[in-house]
Amino acid sequence: MQIIAQVLFLIALVAGIGFFVRNIRRVLRNIKLGREVDRTDNKGERFAKMARIAFGQSKMVKRPVSGLLHVIVYVGFVIINIEVLEIIIDGLFGTHRILSFMGGFYDFLIASFEILALLVLIGVIVFWIRRNILNIYRFLSRELKGWPKNDANYILYFEMVLMVLFLVMNATDYQLQLNGAPHYASEAGIVGSFPISQFLLPIFDGMSNATLIIIERAAWWLHILGILFFLNYLYYSKHLHILLAFPNVYFSKLQPQGEMDNLQSVTDEVKLMMDPDADPFAAPAEEEEGADPAKFGASDVFDLNQVQLLNSYTCTECGRCTAECPANQTGKKLSPRKIMMDTRDRLEEVGDIINTKGKYEDNGKQLLDDFILREELWACTTCNACVEACPVGIDPLSIILDMRRYLVMEESAAPNELAIAMTNIENNGAPWPYNQQDRLNWAKEN
Amino acid sequence: MAEALKVPTMAEYMAEGKKPEVLFWVGCAGSFDDRAKKITKAFVKLLHEAGVDFAVLGTEESCTGDPAKRAGNEFLFQMQAATNIEVLNGYEIEKVVTACPHCFNTIKNEYPALGGNYEVMHHTQFLKTLLNEGKLKVEGGKFKGKRITFHDPCYLGRANGEYEAPRDLLRKLEVELVEMRKCKSNGLCCGAGGGQMFKEPEPGNKDVNIERTEQAMEVKPEVIAAGCPFCNTMMTDGVKGTNKEDSVAVMDVAELIANAHDL
Ligand code: SF4
Ligand code: SF4
Repeated sequence: MQIIAQVLFLIALVAGIGFFVRNIRRVLRNIKLGREVDRTDNKGERFAKMARIAFGQSKMVKRPVSGLLHVIVYVGFVIINIEVLEIIIDGLFGTHRILSFMGGFYDFLIASFEILALLVLIGVIVFWIRRNILNIYRFLSRELKGWPKNDANYILYFEMVLMVLFLVMNATDYQLQLNGAPHYASEAGIVGSFPISQFLLPIFDGMSNATLIIIERAAWWLHILGILFFLNYLYYSKHLHILLAFPNVYFSKLQPQGEMDNLQSVTDEVKLMMDPDADPFAAPAEEEEGADPAKFGASDVFDLNQVQLLNSYTCTECGRCTAECPANQTGKKLSPRKIMMDTRDRLEEVGDIINTKGKYEDNGKQLLDDFILREELWACTTCNACVEACPVGIDPLSIILDMRRYLVMEESAAPNELAIAMTNIENNGAPWPYNQQDRLNWAKEN
Repeated sequence: MAEALKVPTMAEYMAEGKKPEVLFWVGCAGSFDDRAKKITKAFVKLLHEAGVDFAVLGTEESCTGDPAKRAGNEFLFQMQAATNIEVLNGYEIEKVVTACPHCFNTIKNEYPALGGNYEVMHHTQFLKTLLNEGKLKVEGGKFKGKRITFHDPCYLGRANGEYEAPRDLLRKLEVELVEMRKCKSNGLCCGAGGGQMFKEPEPGNKDVNIERTEQAMEVKPEVIAAGCPFCNTMMTDGVKGTNKEDSVAVMDVAELIANAHDL
C-alpha cells in the first residue's frame, strides 16, 4: 500500500511541476514576441527597487486596509510553503513529519504555520467580503465583469480550502499521535505544536484510528494536490503576479516618470533631414535589404517591447491605477487597468494561435480597435498617476503613448484640434496660431 | 509701473560678447497666453529684484515639442528638439530656468539624449536657491495668514519628484498652507497635459479641471497656488465654473511672491 502511495505521489509531483514548466515557457515565449529593450543597466538600483517594491510591498501599504491584509496573506502563504517541503519529503519517502528532528524549533514552526494559516483564512474572508459584498468602486468597473471577477474569487475559495485542509490535517495528526497510532506516534512524544487545530479535536471525538487516518490522508493529499493545481492555475490567472512581480519591478523604468523615450528610428530620420549635406534622394543606408520598413508606434502586441508585455502578464487587476486616473474618475472610457488586461488578452490570443498552428497566423485582429479603442487612448493626460499607483511597477502610460504614436505617425489620425495644434507648432513654433516673431511682445506690454 | 520691463535677449548678450548666468525659457504659454504672460512678468521682476544676470531667447525660442510628443507626434517633437538644441548649444547655454513644468521636464529629461545637456530648473526651484543664497527675500506681506492650497503640476511632481520647493516658498510667505485630499504623489491632474489642452475632452461625466477645482474648494482656500501656466488656466476656468472667482484667486507661486513684495 505504502509504496503505491509513494509512486502515485511521485507521478503527481512530476506531472504538476512538468505542466508548470510548460506554462512558464509559454509565458516567456509570448513575452519574447515583443521588441527587445535593454534594461540590464544599474543592477544595484534595480535590485534595491525590487526588494523595496516587490518583496517589501512598499506601495501596497498606501491603502492601509487592503495593504495590511495583503501582507498577511502574502507572508502567510510564503512561509506555509516551508511546510510543503516537509510534505514532499514525507510523500516521497513515506516518512512522518521528517523535520521533527529539529525538536523545539519544529514545534515553534508548526505553531507559527497554524497561526499564519488562521490569519490567512481571516484575511481571505475579508478580501472576499470586500470584493463581493461591500461595493468598493475599484471592483465594479466593466473590465472586471465575468472571468476576471470569477478568477479573483476562485483563488480566494482555493486559499480558504487549502488553509482548512492544512488545519484538519494537523488536527487529525495530533489526535492520532495522542492515540499512539503506529506510524504517527513517535518516541519523542508529541511532535509539533497545534495551537489552532487543537480546537478542532472535538469534531473528531470518538472516531477510530482507521477513520482518523483516512481523514488525515485525505486532507494531506488534497492539500498537496491543491497546491500543485494552484501552481498550474497561475498561468491562467492574474495570480501570475506572485511570480512575475519580482522580474517586473526589476525591469521597470528607472528614469524620472516624466521622461518618455526618444524613438531612435525617428532620431535617425530627423538627423538626416536636418543635415544640410545629406542627399535627400539617397536610399536610406542603414536599412538592410528586405527588412521591414520601421513601423512607428504600436498597433499590436508585436510592436510593444518585452517589458510592456511582461507588464501585461504581471498586472494583478487591482485597479489602483484606474482609481487614480483622472480620465476614469471623470467618467471617460479610459481605464489603465483595462489597457493592461487588453494587452494580455490579445497576447494570449496570439499565443493560442501559435500553440495550435505552430506559428502566428493573422486572425484579422489586432490590439488597436479590436481591444483598445481610440477614444480610450485620446483621453489620457499623461499624468503618470497610474504609474505611481501600481504596486508592481507597471507602466500603462507607455503603451498608451506607443499606440498614440501609431495613430499619429502611421495613420495621421489625431483628433482634429490636436492636428491643428501640431500644424501650428510646425509652422509657428507654438501650439497656437501666433507668429514666432511676436514671442517677445509680452515684454513690451504692461 | 507703466514702463516696460527690461528683458535682455541672448542675441543682445552675444552682441556685447557676454554670457548670462542663466537662460529664462519662457515657453509658449508664457509668451502668448494672456494669463500666463502675467506669470512671466512676475518672474522677471523677481529675477531683477534678486539681481540675476539672465536673458531670454525671444524670437529664437520655439515650442519644446512637449504637446506633440505626448500626443504621439515623435517626429514633430524631435524636429523641435533638434532646432532648439541647435540654438541653445549655439549660445553655449549651461543653465536654464523655466516657469513651465512641461518645458522643464522635456528640456531636463528628453533633450540630453538628443544632444542637449543643460542644468534645468523649475522657477520654484530657482527661486528657492535665490532665497537660500540670500539674494531674494520672501516673507509674509499681504498674503500673511491667508489660506492657500497648492496644486501639484504632474510634470513637476510625479514626473520629476519635486513637491517641496513650491511649498517651501509658500511657507516663507507665512501663509496658512492647507493640503488637498489628493496632493503630492497622489495629486490629481488639472486635465491639460498630454495634449489635452489643445482638444476637446472625451465624453464623460465632467471635465477633469472641474473635479480638481472641487477638490481644491473642499479645503476652502482663499488662493489656489499653481506652478504651471496650464494648471493655472484649468483651475481658473474651474473656479469660474463654481462662480467663486470673486473670493478665490488662482495664482502662480512667482506671482504670489512678487505681489507680496508689491513689485
Ligand atoms: S497617465 Fe493617462 S492612463 Fe495613466 S492615470 Fe494619467 S490619464 Fe490615466
Ligand atoms: S496596472 Fe498595476 S495598478 Fe493597474 S490593475 Fe494592474 S497591477 Fe493594479
